[in-house]
Amino acid sequence: MLSLQRVTYRYAGARAPSLHDVSLELGAGEVLGVVGASEAGKSTLCLVASGLAPRTVGGTLSGQLLLDGADTVALPMHRLAERIGIAFANPVNGLSGVAGTVYEEIAFGPMNLGLPRGEVIARTEESLGALGISGLAERDPSRLSGGQQQLVAIGGLLAMRPAHLILDEPTAQLDPAGTRLVADALARLAAGGASILLTEHKTDLLAAMCTRVIALEGGRVVLAGVAAEVLADPRLADLGVAAPASVRLLSSAREAALPASVLDRVEAALR
Amino acid sequence: MMASVVLESVGHVYARGEVRALDGVSLRIDAGERVALVGQNGSGKTTLVRHLNGLLRPSSGRVLLDGVDITGRTVAQLAHRVGLVFQDPQTQIFAASVRAEVEFGPRNLGMRGAALQAAVDEALSAVGLAGEGRTNPYDLGGARQKLLTLASVLAMQTPVLVLDEPTTGQDLRGVAIVRRAIDDAHTAGRTVLAISHDMDFVASSFHRVLVMREGRLILDGTPAEVFAEPAWPQLRSTFLEPPTAALVGVRLALGSTPTDARLISALQAPCGGPP
Repeated sequence: MLSLQRVTYRYAGARAPSLHDVSLELGAGEVLGVVGASEAGKSTLCLVASGLAPRTVGGTLSGQLLLDGADTVALPMHRLAERIGIAFANPVNGLSGVAGTVYEEIAFGPMNLGLPRGEVIARTEESLGALGISGLAERDPSRLSGGQQQLVAIGGLLAMRPAHLILDEPTAQLDPAGTRLVADALARLAAGGASILLTEHKTDLLAAMCTRVIALEGGRVVLAGVAAEVLADPRLADLGVAAPASVRLLSSAREAALPASVLDRVEAALR
Repeated sequence: MMASVVLESVGHVYARGEVRALDGVSLRIDAGERVALVGQNGSGKTTLVRHLNGLLRPSSGRVLLDGVDITGRTVAQLAHRVGLVFQDPQTQIFAASVRAEVEFGPRNLGMRGAALQAAVDEALSAVGLAGEGRTNPYDLGGARQKLLTLASVLAMQTPVLVLDEPTTGQDLRGVAIVRRAIDDAHTAGRTVLAISHDMDFVASSFHRVLVMREGRLILDGTPAEVFAEPAWPQLRSTFLEPPTAALVGVRLALGSTPTDARLISALQAPCGGPP
């Protein structure tokens, strides 16, 4: 269980906090979606939930980041990194930049944990397989397309086997095939008991994956609940969040005042 | 202001020669067309558009702008004709203020004085950054940085506008800004070519869709043609899914309805059947 308790966070030099009094819980096997307009605080929430802010990013934080109920304030970043993995929209930020092949890149994390050679190999091959990128193992990460690089960055996280994954728009730069590949891998991880916090503009993906969804506005949690309910909330548009395609289509159909029998057919076709 | 783009059997092999990134692409885009370019990552979309302003040169074949072969034209010369917005704003931004960032391009094209200031004002308003002229670009979030790079290229007022994944990372408002910028460019007679993975955006903002796979064009048509059921096997061969409205339209036997609007009007038609 990862939880934030009454977290308020302000970047160094910023006039106002970027997060205000945010509390949330992320249980085992739970996928929590986070939506909100640009600059609503989604990325900041990811930095705080991973412990990178304030440890590495600086700034001031009040409130607590807890792992299984214990405060993490005394844990150094390298200990936290074994329990919480974070990936960003730009895959280059998730790559070491020192590995000559994809295989070495994914092995980089477990090697730094000082694991035995056989364990490093097993984890690396498991990650490559889980993301369907075994064919890229001998390629140079710097010469892959953006989408392929993101799969490699996420592969590097998976090889650390963290209990919690924080993913900040991980599919933003992926094509539809890459998005599906990553979504499937994340669903398998969640089924295995990992907890995943996922920010996304692609609400269709959240609708398919998440148990719960929260919406942020101006650094505050303004909506929270069961994924299907939050993602169908008409207030999402005012928050700058695009509804999933099925929700959007149905509401356009209702606005067009189509007969109830036609609406039923549309609803059935969307299933 | 009008400009056509022609590719004649363009091939491109990157220096290391490991992948044939473009494999004999032939294509004609007429002046004023609004064209979307889709396909998997690594299918050659970015390689293709970088041939239009000379950032990359064909290994074989040639590129013509307004009927003129651009071999031998410099990137600086081509910048007058083709404005390219990169996928990642970090590779484009460098100035100390939002206004200076947007001024750079048109100034290099020779714009000065009131005309320059008007072009910059218009571009900043178009992307919703009119009040941020003095802001340091690095103080903007990623989504607004990306809109800033769009403004920088809009201000150059080039006859051809090329956008590499313009809606990536944008919220509802950001996507609306991009849509309007494309509509305005189209109204002004400019040719627009955009790479995208967002099929809803592609179907509703463009007249023509090009689908690439492994360096070749595999589909070329209107959204209604490219997202029609007979084309689905080819779309899916490159892991693309038609827009949700197209899927619903086929399930309800309404024909090809690539956008929500097309689906709704098909549902409103008498008997609710195909026209």
